[in-house]
Amino acid sequence: MASIYDYPSQIRRDILRMVHQPQSGHPGGSMGCTEFFTALYFDVLRHNPSAFSMDGRGEDLFFLSNGHISPVLYSTLARSGYFPVAELSTFRLINTRLQGHPTTHDGLPGVRIASGSLGQGLSVAVGAAQAKKLNGDKHLVYTLHGDGELQEGQIWEAAMYAGAKKVDNLIATVDANGQQIDGSTDEVLPMGDLGAKFAAFGWDVLHLEHGNDLDAVRAALREAGTHTGKGKPVVIIMKTAMGHGVDFMAGTHKWHGVAPNDDELARALAQCPETLGDY
Amino acid sequence: MHPYTNQGSQDTRSGFGAGLLELGRRNPSVVALCADLTGSLKMDAFAKEFPDRFFQTGIAEAHMMGMAAGLTIGGWIPFTGTFANFSTGRVYDQIRQSIAYSDKNVKICASHAGLTLGEDGATHQILEDIGLMKMLPGMTVIVPADYNQTKAATIALADHHGPAYLRFGRPKVANFTPADKPFIIGKADVLVEGSDLTIAATGHLVWEALEASNALAAQGISAEVINFATIKPFDTEALLRSVHKTGRVVTAEEHQRHGGLGDLVAQTLGMHRPAPVEMVAVNDSFGESGTPAQLMDKYGLNATAIVEAALKVRNR
Repeated sequence: MASIYDYPSQIRRDILRMVHQPQSGHPGGSMGCTEFFTALYFDVLRHNPSAFSMDGRGEDLFFLSNGHISPVLYSTLARSGYFPVAELSTFRLINTRLQGHPTTHDGLPGVRIASGSLGQGLSVAVGAAQAKKLNGDKHLVYTLHGDGELQEGQIWEAAMYAGAKKVDNLIATVDANGQQIDGSTDEVLPMGDLGAKFAAFGWDVLHLEHGNDLDAVRAALREAGTHTGKGKPVVIIMKTAMGHGVDFMAGTHKWHGVAPNDDELARALAQCPETLGDY
Repeated sequence: MHPYTNQGSQDTRSGFGAGLLELGRRNPSVVALCADLTGSLKMDAFAKEFPDRFFQTGIAEAHMMGMAAGLTIGGWIPFTGTFANFSTGRVYDQIRQSIAYSDKNVKICASHAGLTLGEDGATHQILEDIGLMKMLPGMTVIVPADYNQTKAATIALADHHGPAYLRFGRPKVANFTPADKPFIIGKADVLVEGSDLTIAATGHLVWEALEASNALAAQGISAEVINFATIKPFDTEALLRSVHKTGRVVTAEEHQRHGGLGDLVAQTLGMHRPAPVEMVAVNDSFGESGTPAQLMDKYGLNATAIVEAALKVRNR
């Protein structure tokens, strides 16, 4: 039986190998969010990977709004049992179900909405959360967003709605890695105090300082769960390091959307032990 | 002379409102969302009778589209309501990614389409929406002609799985469709049979086409009038069957030539049976303020313009 602590290293290996094969994809944010995905899918989420249903009744739901970090989503879904781990080798290749950005179009289990064009996932999650309320379904809806993604206006339309209408079965997480394509978020467009902004929109704001510490993420998600059902949507501002887990990729925007070459892959994999078996 | 009588002019948006209310009573899975235009869209009756199934999003159309997509996850059938301009161009990427590409069962219901929105002017008079929406893979596009047909189309959409765009308008126009006529998605209606030319019309221009057929009959010209209320999937067979008989077509719509019914008819004929086409449509320009009748006259979207186009196409 695999330990939850075995997953992050293996998922990082998957991410690196997935983007290396087509020499295309987004490893930086994926590696920064590996502990989040591990904590969510292997500890917190009440879900049913062996019998995926689009309507997700009687399950917790997760929506990835920053769809470019699809490698970490695909690895996590496969290793949760949504589809065969071997399929990870098809990422971004012609005729794959593992499109560059996630889609429902090809029937990939575990994906309920297309994402990639940024800023849309929070609205979708709000709708799904309202559907749960209409259905009398007490399960929760989770989302993940990039911090750069919060520059999209639709996020704040959704934030205003969720706060005003008390959508309190929703837990959004912001991957606050401080990086986006053109540089740091402060260089590109400083966003100020994100927690204060969400609070001003009527959200219950939690801060997670160590988003690459698996136990800290698990604790934060569990804590967030206890804040639901109290009249406010919940957001976790989660600090992570882009590219975490490989020393030469960590803490910079340079690996946002760049794949490692053969030499870089070898050096990176040497820092991520094969804990659960490569695909 | 065509056999249809105006049972009393009504706005097509009220047909939508009546259809939505009936759906609310008939189908417990139907929910509705509106971005601060509940009165204009005639959604108030639904909102009042089914407050738990009505979502007022405020002036946030992008969010409304995403939320509608989310509501389908869990089995609900959302109908969104706002003006056509804000239902399409403003939120095209949200519709494309979260609804069309994601194959979500969302019904995008759009009022105040075209020039007949009137005095508010060009900012609100979208004339490109049919083109925008019919380009999206998997999107059904419906443009009913009158109150009764809009009501029937609204009801039919709830039983049709998949993303759909329903376009209607603001002014009171002739209501001639029988109240008990069911709407069949994808099927065009031959309203008047004729032999000299085909008038292919959609939306508010269908009644004008009927009136034009009377004027043409008075000149000894036999026009076949077809109501293409479903733009997509297009009823290719109905068009070809008619053109095999008449050999020429006038299209009529409250939309740009580019991207509308005219384009579609010309494309279809070009591929299957080349024939002369004249288009009654807006010719690559924006609208402006004015009364609906003044605007339809100035931009050449009425029975008179259809008659002129018919005489022209007859000599080609």
